[in-house]
Amino acid sequence: MTSRHSGMVRNHQTSGAQMRTGKSRDSGFDSAHRPGMTLEPRKDKGPMSVTALSTHGAIARQPSWLVRLFDYKPFLIVMCLAPAIGLLTVFLTYPLGLGIWLAFTDTTIGRRGTYVGLENFQYLLTDPLWWNAVFYSVVYTGVATFGKFALGFWLALLLNNHFPFKSLLRAIILLPWIVPTVLSALAFWWIYDPQFSIISYLLVDVLHWRSSNIDFLGSPWPARFSLIAANIWRGIPFVAISLLAGLQTISPSLYEAAMLDGASAWQRFRYITFPMMMPILAIVMTFSIIFTFTDFQLVYAITRGGPVNSTHLLATLAFQRGIAGGELGEGAAIAVSMIPFLVFATLFSYFGLARRKWQQGEAND
Amino acid sequence: MTDTVAQPTADAKAAPDTMAWDSGLRRLMMIYLPLGCFVLILLFPFYWMAITSFKPNAELMNYKDNNPFWISSPTLAHIKHLLFNTAYPRWLTTTMLVAVGSTTLSLIASTLAAYAIERLRFRGSPYVGLGIYLAYLVPPSILFIPLATVVVQFGLFDSPLALILVYPTFLVPFCTWLLIGYFKSIPYELEECALVDGATRLQILRRITLPLAVPGLISAGIFSFTLSWNEFIYALAFIQSGANKTVPVAILTELVTGDVYQWGALMAGSLLGSLPVAIFYSLFVDYYVSSLTGAVKE
Repeated sequence: MTSRHSGMVRNHQTSGAQMRTGKSRDSGFDSAHRPGMTLEPRKDKGPMSVTALSTHGAIARQPSWLVRLFDYKPFLIVMCLAPAIGLLTVFLTYPLGLGIWLAFTDTTIGRRGTYVGLENFQYLLTDPLWWNAVFYSVVYTGVATFGKFALGFWLALLLNNHFPFKSLLRAIILLPWIVPTVLSALAFWWIYDPQFSIISYLLVDVLHWRSSNIDFLGSPWPARFSLIAANIWRGIPFVAISLLAGLQTISPSLYEAAMLDGASAWQRFRYITFPMMMPILAIVMTFSIIFTFTDFQLVYAITRGGPVNSTHLLATLAFQRGIAGGELGEGAAIAVSMIPFLVFATLFSYFGLARRKWQQGEAND
Repeated sequence: MTDTVAQPTADAKAAPDTMAWDSGLRRLMMIYLPLGCFVLILLFPFYWMAITSFKPNAELMNYKDNNPFWISSPTLAHIKHLLFNTAYPRWLTTTMLVAVGSTTLSLIASTLAAYAIERLRFRGSPYVGLGIYLAYLVPPSILFIPLATVVVQFGLFDSPLALILVYPTFLVPFCTWLLIGYFKSIPYELEECALVDGATRLQILRRITLPLAVPGLISAGIFSFTLSWNEFIYALAFIQSGANKTVPVAILTELVTGDVYQWGALMAGSLLGSLPVAIFYSLFVDYYVSSLTGAVKE
C-alpha cells in the first residue's frame, strides 16, 4: 500500500513537470487508463499531512498547504480528463477529421486513395440519388420533427395534470424510446406487411372503410410516410418526457396571477407556458433535428432505401455506397455533406441555450 | 385604482373557468381520452410483437378464421427455434458483454472528467465542458465510415472490443454532462470541510462526492447500458462474422433470409432482445426519467 503511494507521488512529480511543457495530455493518457490508480487516495508529501486532522495545525499551515494544492492540482486535472479526452480524441475527433479527408480522396476498401479534390462532391451534385436523399432527409426531418413536437407537447401537457398512476404511466410511455430501434422497426415492418398488415385488416375487414389492403412499403410516397410515422412513434416519448420536465419547472404562481387577470386557457398557454418553454424546446428540438436528420436504423431496417431508392436518407445512402459498396471516399463525401445541416442545427441550439446562463461557473461561482 | 376595479371581474371570470375544467366529463374528454389513445398507440407495436411471437404459423397467415388480436393456440415453437437453431444465445452474451464493457469504461472516464470540470475548476474548464457537450452533437452516421478504417487500422475489425472502445464516443459526453449536473447539486461546503480536515482531492472524490453522486452514477449507468444495447450502425459496420454480432444487428441480418419472412421467429427475437433493456429499465425507471429530464434541464 505504502509503496504504491510513493509511486503515485513520483508519478505525479514527473507528469507535473511535463504539464508545464504542454505535453501532459499524452503522458497522462497511459497511466490514467488504470482507473483504480487515480481513485487511490493520494498521500500528501512532507510531514505536514501526518498531523492533518489537528485543527490547530491546519490553520497554521494553511498558506503553504494551498501552495501545494495548486502545485498538484493541474496534474490531477490532467489525470481526470485524460480518459475522456483520450477516448474522444482517438475515436471521435480523429475520425471526424479523417472522414473529411476521405471525402476528398478516392479511397476504396483495401486501397489507399489519392487526393482528388472536389471530385466526389462534384459527382454527388450530378447524382439524382444524392439529391433524392437530400430531399427525403429534409422532408423526413421536417415532417417527423413537427409531428413529434406537436404530439409530444400535447402528451406532456396531458401528463402535467394530476391523475392516479401518473408515474406508472410515465414509465410505460417511455418504452418506445427504451427498446432497440431496430427491433421496434421490425415490429413496424410486420405491421406494414402488404398482405398481413394489422392496419389493413382493421380498415378493410373490421371497419370496412377500404376495399383493398394498403400497400405501405411498395410505392414511394406511402413508404416515405410510413417511415415518418414510425419515426414519430419512436420520438414522441422523448419529447414528451423532456418537455414535461420543463413544464414542471414553471411556477404555478404565474398561472394564478394570469387567472386573476382574467387570462383564458389559451392565453395562459400562449403567454406563459410557451415562452417559458422556449429554451427547453430549443434544446430538445435541436437534438431531435440532429438525430432525425442523421437517422439510419429505421430506414435501414424497414426499407433499406427502397422502393427504387425513394426512401434513402443521407446516412443510409452513405452506408450503401461506403461500406456495402466499398467506395469509402464517396460514402465519406455523402456523410460530410450532412455537416452543413448539422452546424445549422447546432447554431440554433447555441443561440437557444445562450439565453439562459447554462454554462457552469457563471451562475454559482 | 384600476387594479381594485379589475379585481372582482377577473375573479368572477376565473372561478367558473377552473370549476368547468375540473368537472368530470370535460376532464374525461380532455385528458383521459387522449391519454388513452396515446398509450394505446405507443404500446400497440409491443403487444403485436409479443402476440406474434407466440402464434403458430397457421394463425399468423390466416386472419379470416382467427381473430388476429388474440391467440387461440399459443406456441413456444418460435422461441425454441430461436434458442436452439440459431446463435441467439451467443448474440445475447456478446451484446451483454459489449454493453457492460462500454458502460463501465464510459462511467469511469466521465466521472473523472465531470469531477475535474465541475469541482477542480481550472481556467478553461467551461470550454472543456462545452467541447464534450459538442461531441455529443456529432452523430454516429457521420463517423462510421472513417471509424471503420480506424478500427481496421487498430486490428479490431470484427471484434466486440472495437464496439466497447467506440461506444464511449457517444456515452461519455452524455454521462459527463449528466454527472456535472449531479456534482453541481452536491454542496461545495462538504468538500471544503473535508479539505479543512486535511483530506486530499482524491479522498474527497472517493469518500464524499462519489457516495453522494450514486443516484447520478446509476442514472448514467442505466442510460449508457440501454444506449449501447440499442446501438446499431457501428455494430453493423464493424462486425462481420455471424457469431460476433450484437442482437439488433444479428436479428436483422441473420434472421431475415429469403423472400418468406419468418415473422414468428423475427418477432420472438425482437421481443427477447427488448426484454433485457425493458426489465433493466423497469428496475430503475425513476433514475432513468430523472437522468433524461436532468440532462435536458442542464
